[in-house]
Amino acid sequence: MRTLHLVHLYPDLLTLDGDRGNIITLCRRCAWRGITLTVTTASLGETVDFTAADLVFIGGSADREQPLVYADLEKTKGPALAAAVEERLPVLAVGAGYQLLGRCYRFPDRKELPGLGVFAAWTEPGEKRLTGNVVATAPMLGEKSSLVGFENHQGRTFLAEPSKTRPLAQVITGHGNNGRDGTEGAIYRNAIGTYLQGPLLPKNPALADWLLARALKRRYQDGSLAPLPDKWETLAHQSVVKRFG
Amino acid sequence: MLLALWAGKTVIGVNRRLGYGGTSLPGAIGRRIAPKLLAHLAGQIPQGSTVITGTNGKTTTAKMLAAIIAAAGLTQVHNHTGANLVQGITTTFIGVAGPLGKVDRDIGVLEVDEATVPQLVSEVGPRNIVVTNFFPDQLDRFGELGKTIALIEKACHRLPPQAVAILNADDPQVAFLGPQFPGRVVYYGVETKAYGTPDTRQTAAGTRLCRICGHPLNYTWFYYGQLGHYTCKHCGFHRPTPQVQVTAVEMKGDAGLAFTVATPAGTWPLSLATPGFYNIYNALAAITTAVRLQLPARAVREGLAGYRTSFGRMERLTLGPDKKAFLALIKNPTGCNEVIRTLVQNPGPKRLLILINDNAADGRDISWLWDADFEALALIAPPLKTIVTTGLRGLDMALRLAYGGLPPAGITYQPDLTRAVTEAINQIQPGETLFILPTYTALLAVKAVLTKQGYSANYWEE
Repeated sequence: MRTLHLVHLYPDLLTLDGDRGNIITLCRRCAWRGITLTVTTASLGETVDFTAADLVFIGGSADREQPLVYADLEKTKGPALAAAVEERLPVLAVGAGYQLLGRCYRFPDRKELPGLGVFAAWTEPGEKRLTGNVVATAPMLGEKSSLVGFENHQGRTFLAEPSKTRPLAQVITGHGNNGRDGTEGAIYRNAIGTYLQGPLLPKNPALADWLLARALKRRYQDGSLAPLPDKWETLAHQSVVKRFG
Repeated sequence: MLLALWAGKTVIGVNRRLGYGGTSLPGAIGRRIAPKLLAHLAGQIPQGSTVITGTNGKTTTAKMLAAIIAAAGLTQVHNHTGANLVQGITTTFIGVAGPLGKVDRDIGVLEVDEATVPQLVSEVGPRNIVVTNFFPDQLDRFGELGKTIALIEKACHRLPPQAVAILNADDPQVAFLGPQFPGRVVYYGVETKAYGTPDTRQTAAGTRLCRICGHPLNYTWFYYGQLGHYTCKHCGFHRPTPQVQVTAVEMKGDAGLAFTVATPAGTWPLSLATPGFYNIYNALAAITTAVRLQLPARAVREGLAGYRTSFGRMERLTLGPDKKAFLALIKNPTGCNEVIRTLVQNPGPKRLLILINDNAADGRDISWLWDADFEALALIAPPLKTIVTTGLRGLDMALRLAYGGLPPAGITYQPDLTRAVTEAINQIQPGETLFILPTYTALLAVKAVLTKQGYSANYWEE
């Protein structure tokens, strides 16, 4: 029996509406296929052995928790996580977690909070919060594939080197990374950053399986996944595309 | 001023005749003609007004307090329809004012939307402000919960100097307001550990962090959500000792709750005919306000015993001989979990209808469905005969249930909301209980269907 191990970083600090849905989805989709997915968490002051991890999840947050996390990441987990990403560890980072994996967060007074630099991207605060439903094309998941979700962020993220870090998707409806260039999220090796917060994976089973397949390939050299019926997944995904796309 | 009043009254009359429960238009028109209308009308109340705000429990707390005030033989102005924005509250005052603009009532009881508090405080100048809790709720309405809390904090500084703040000691996000409050503060809270857990696996978005220094709070006891007994080891912020406290609780299933409250005015055994532990907090907020208003113990006892659930808040309906239904608004994980908990404790065969809309009044973001503990329903799957989902986000709900471990064959999606309600009512067999769980705008739609079929009164008449 195949076993995968997921590390959920800062679940007590970086957690926003419905983030938990992503973990539930990965667990169920593994269980339905006879794969065991174990989940451990790590927060402030705790070190993580990323070589034992197959998947990493970092959630979103309100703004005030972030300085604590930036400081901790730099001190205890950052370098090991960055090295693991180079070794193609699949990572899903949402909202604040996404910003954290960029090069830096720039304040209006030009002070900078350095990020992990996994993504060649920087973030600065914008005036208005960007909120609402998002429909985006995601060619990385296959031709005519789409991502649906909900965004709610003050930060504007810009991809600095398209050759190094590609956008995850192109928005059809919604604001995406910065409301200007039509990009949404970022992808570098098997690490994904996105502003589609909360329960992203339930309605985007293709993305959930993209992460699982890469985790399996890395651990077992075989990324094949038994297909699932995905009845409600597809209906819920399509209803959002139809209503907002 | 009188012109504004009469215009407002005329609109109320026309609305009633046409069968609309419209609660904001008369106030909006009155305010358009005389912007100081609300201040003028509210200023006449001899014992002043009490403002009740917070994310959950406003409506229920206000209704409980109103029942206590009525039992004390006093008259009141109360926005009992739940219209809690400034126009709706103005409408309430227009409705009770005499033709010459006189408001002949003793006390005001106003449930107020969090974002409306600053404006309302400047216009009404309340004598008391009750803050129930700050649960993550419809985050996209305000951006973030933190902004809502900051809004209330700022509004507190605009209160008249003699005003009293009545705060939930068990919610660190609310109790945080205490030390900064310019006037006197009275705290309420639960002391007994007959309910709750020493630990919790439910996570809440940053609500377990100290609002002063941002570090995680240390809990010795959780009731639900972030409510419990806590201290911040980093900066020393801690749960204040409540002056009004619940010292014993007995849950009696469908029959409701019995509990003991210790107050500076005496220790009272009390009972509620409504189930749900969260109603202990609603009752506590109402009792604490009653103590502050120096209402007699008898009125507290009679008011609470006679209290019947507000519009759609675990409201009990009889659909026929031996056919029961509960109608319970769900709008955020904390409230929803308490509803699920009450449902799971209910023995016997039952059916479930969940209605999820994402209109502005519901909150556009339905992410919270994934934070609510629908997994608990899987534990009672056999007595749970059918689950139907509907509403604009009915498919999201079906998906949530499928991932919650419920047998996929037991889940049905009905795109037509009215049909879903009608079918659910027709399906129920004697001895069964139907649980109807709608979001806010879906609740209004459910109510309309029920009313049409003769099951309950129009809500503005309740």
